[in-house]
Amino acid sequence: MPSHFTEEIMLSSVNSAAHAVGNINPASDADVHIHVKQVDKVFGKRGAEVVALKGIDLDIRQGEFVCLLGPSGCGKSTLLNAMAGFSLPSAGKLEVDGKPVSGPGPDRGMVFQEYALFPWMTVERNVAFGLEIRGEPPAQIDGTVSMLLDLLGLKEFRKRFPKDLSGGMRQRVAIARVLALDPPIMLMDEPFGALDALTRRSLQDELLRIWKQMNKTIVFVTHSIEEAVYLGSRVVVLTYRPGTIKQDLPIDLPYPRDSNAPEFNVIKKNLATLVHAEHERFANDERGGLTLD
Amino acid sequence: MLARLFRNLAVPVIVLLLWQLLSNAHVVRPEILPSPTAIAARWIEYLLPQEPAAGFLDWLQSSELLSDLFASLRRVVLGFGLGAGLALPLGLLMGTDKRVEALLDPIFQFLRPIPPIAYIPLAILWFGLGDPPAVFLISIGAFFPVLINTIAGVRSVDSIYVRAALNLGADRMTLFRRVILPAATPYILTGARIGIGTAFIVVIVAEMIAVNSGLGYRILEAREYLWSDKVIAGMITIGLLGLAIDVGVNRLNGYLLRWHRGLEH
Ligand SMILES: Nc1ncnc2c1ncn2[C@@H]1O[C@H](COP(=O)(O)OP(=O)(O)OP(=O)(O)O)[C@@H](O)[C@H]1O
Ligand SMILES: [Mg+2]
Repeated sequence: MPSHFTEEIMLSSVNSAAHAVGNINPASDADVHIHVKQVDKVFGKRGAEVVALKGIDLDIRQGEFVCLLGPSGCGKSTLLNAMAGFSLPSAGKLEVDGKPVSGPGPDRGMVFQEYALFPWMTVERNVAFGLEIRGEPPAQIDGTVSMLLDLLGLKEFRKRFPKDLSGGMRQRVAIARVLALDPPIMLMDEPFGALDALTRRSLQDELLRIWKQMNKTIVFVTHSIEEAVYLGSRVVVLTYRPGTIKQDLPIDLPYPRDSNAPEFNVIKKNLATLVHAEHERFANDERGGLTLD
Repeated sequence: MLARLFRNLAVPVIVLLLWQLLSNAHVVRPEILPSPTAIAARWIEYLLPQEPAAGFLDWLQSSELLSDLFASLRRVVLGFGLGAGLALPLGLLMGTDKRVEALLDPIFQFLRPIPPIAYIPLAILWFGLGDPPAVFLISIGAFFPVLINTIAGVRSVDSIYVRAALNLGADRMTLFRRVILPAATPYILTGARIGIGTAFIVVIVAEMIAVNSGLGYRILEAREYLWSDKVIAGMITIGLLGLAIDVGVNRLNGYLLRWHRGLEH
């Protein structure tokens, strides 16, 4: 096994002992899709530990669109990576459909900020990758790929390599690649963070369309309050070091949302107050270090 | 266009002309430095069939230059294939698995600085004369550059690709074959180019010592007869073959890396 890539992932199996401890609690109600109970995540060696997550409780139901919001370094990616199975919790319980997460799997499709398309594969090969692994017959793969490329407006880029695509196009391919496996859950880590405002909005709208149409459960990490309120059926605000849940807020505005509507801005303002308080702590912590855009 | 051609050719043409004039005036003895025309004539004689050839295939067989060229090329291909063929899987394994690396790295670090040429006596003791020692030496020359670069290539693979592949359900074999190997290709090809360059140097030396065919053997043989024109004709052939290999490898690189962004990456 390529040990230096997958150390975190391998470590995970050792951690299953931690799950056993949590199993004292009976399983929660049936429609909970992702169950996070008292999850901690500690990085680093003894003496120089970073507590990235502390006592996270989060139940996500089928069909929810949950936005994780918080300042840089508060542990959003850590929580998402734990759900994806890339790096399992140091303590606590993390289950999908009642089964503890023990590693990455195609039932939880991940869309990365850096796209992570395989640059040596054409667009169609990228999208077909998961289906080929699954061993579907070529004709069927071809059909699914065509359907998805159509859906995301990528038809004429089918035979291109990722290097020839714009950022927005690349992220569309990354979404298509994940959709190909039709996962019930999509995990998205600041997928639109690097895009310009217009491209970003059009991809947000497409994502909402896909979410509704294909009935997905989405966990979406973002820096942007506006993006969280535009997309989420629920916004979860994390605190900075240790990462805990500061606020868990359902957003009841109907879709499609109007980002200029007064109700929209009220919610935005309330969230902004929360997030900025955390951001202050972040800024004090990172003296002369990072800057937030 | 014409001006550029002129600029590029001016110096070589002047040098050749001066050289020819000096030779014609008998300033240098032809055994030391034959004239360009003598060399050209010798090169053609070397290329043409020794007996009248019946057809193209016959010509390939009977031309001394071509049979030398194919002999050398065959050794390069065999030696490189053997060396790189061993180095590639080993490098993939060492690059991905720290334990394998810890086991093998010390011995390779020790062996690597020994130039392949230094193995000649041992190679002859082990394999006698002929193709085996030559192929052995060439494979050593090709082995290390490919190994070192493959390891570096695997290390350079961005772990995000591995994550993405695992997320899409890839197993270990798929990860190797469809992610780590292609992602490391730019490094591996760099290693292969260096390896071929080394193989080409080693083949000439090996032929001078351990074999009696091939371009390296031929120029040493010509020296014994004081045929300096043939020595230089042989050198030119070696140069042309090297150039052809380089162009071919470059083409292959360009094709295999058509997805690559280069420096922008
Ligand atoms: N592999 C690791 N080793 C050590 N510390 C880590 C590791 N990964 C994350 N951390 C630390 O854990 C904390 C949370 O990191 P995380 O990447 O989850 O933050 P984030 O909210 O996603 O930030 P951003 O918005 O910048 O992506 C940070 O303080 C970070 O320094
Ligand atoms: Mg992050």
